[in-house]
Amino acid sequence: MLITLEHYLFLASIIFTIGILGIFLNKKNLIIILMSIELILLSVNINFIAFSSFLNEISGQIFAMLTLTVAAAEAAIGLAILVVFFRNLGSIEVNKINKLKG
Amino acid sequence: MFLYPITFYLFSFIAVLSALMVISSKNPVNSVLFLILSFINSAGLFVLLGAEFLAMILVVVYVGAVAVLFLFVVMMLDINFIKLREGFLQYLPFGTLLGIVLIIELSILFLTKSFSNSNLINYSSSPTINDIENTKLIGEILYTDYFYLFQICGLILLVAMIGSITLTLRDRGQIKRQKISSQNYVDAKKAIEKKKVKIGEGV
Repeated sequence: MLITLEHYLFLASIIFTIGILGIFLNKKNLIIILMSIELILLSVNINFIAFSSFLNEISGQIFAMLTLTVAAAEAAIGLAILVVFFRNLGSIEVNKINKLKG
Repeated sequence: MFLYPITFYLFSFIAVLSALMVISSKNPVNSVLFLILSFINSAGLFVLLGAEFLAMILVVVYVGAVAVLFLFVVMMLDINFIKLREGFLQYLPFGTLLGIVLIIELSILFLTKSFSNSNLINYSSSPTINDIENTKLIGEILYTDYFYLFQICGLILLVAMIGSITLTLRDRGQIKRQKISSQNYVDAKKAIEKKKVKIGEGV
């Protein structure tokens, strides 16, 4: 029962797939889509840190921190766009976001 | 010896189950709470991997800031969430098929090539993880080798902050604001009037 790197990679790929599925299944709910993106970034972080730990190399954890920063910025801007969108249209359905089409 | 695998399986099962609940629960408030549970279990996995600093950062940043931001937005907006779930079951069979295909492909990637081989290990240039503690090691490398990336991270956060403030700021019209020009044009002789008041009588 030795936990190897592949265990962590498999766990990360399961969480990644769940994130993709969340985007795919909840096509209308923008909030769930943002949360699924957070799940995908979390799986990327698990990959980074598992490789960093098993290869005995610290720089993976630095890049995991960069991912964390980008995820926080993305969540803040995404939620701001969502609030503005709800204020203008009164709904957050994704298929109603078509004001930008040319 | 058995404690490490048991802890790994416990944390990872709860993380995967709560990630499933995030995308399938009916109420988005429950989704956010399950997202928090998933993050906390991943932080436990990070501790298992020896990345204590990242685990604490994950709890502080994600649970303390991002998830609470989500919770705030979900509770603030008045949305009919039942209507938004239409089409969930319609896409479920195809979505499950897609997920199975994706996970098989990802598994093939790391099962055919063994990463645990010894030829991958021990090529690192930086000091190895076991020498000094995690936080000190990250600090030593973050402020030297990766200093520009660190600065760019700060810029990203600044841009995100300014962007979200300018996006959500709106002019309500009825708010009284300071007008500096009219304040500057006030004449002191007209604004203030001196009166001699007799003691005990008032104005």
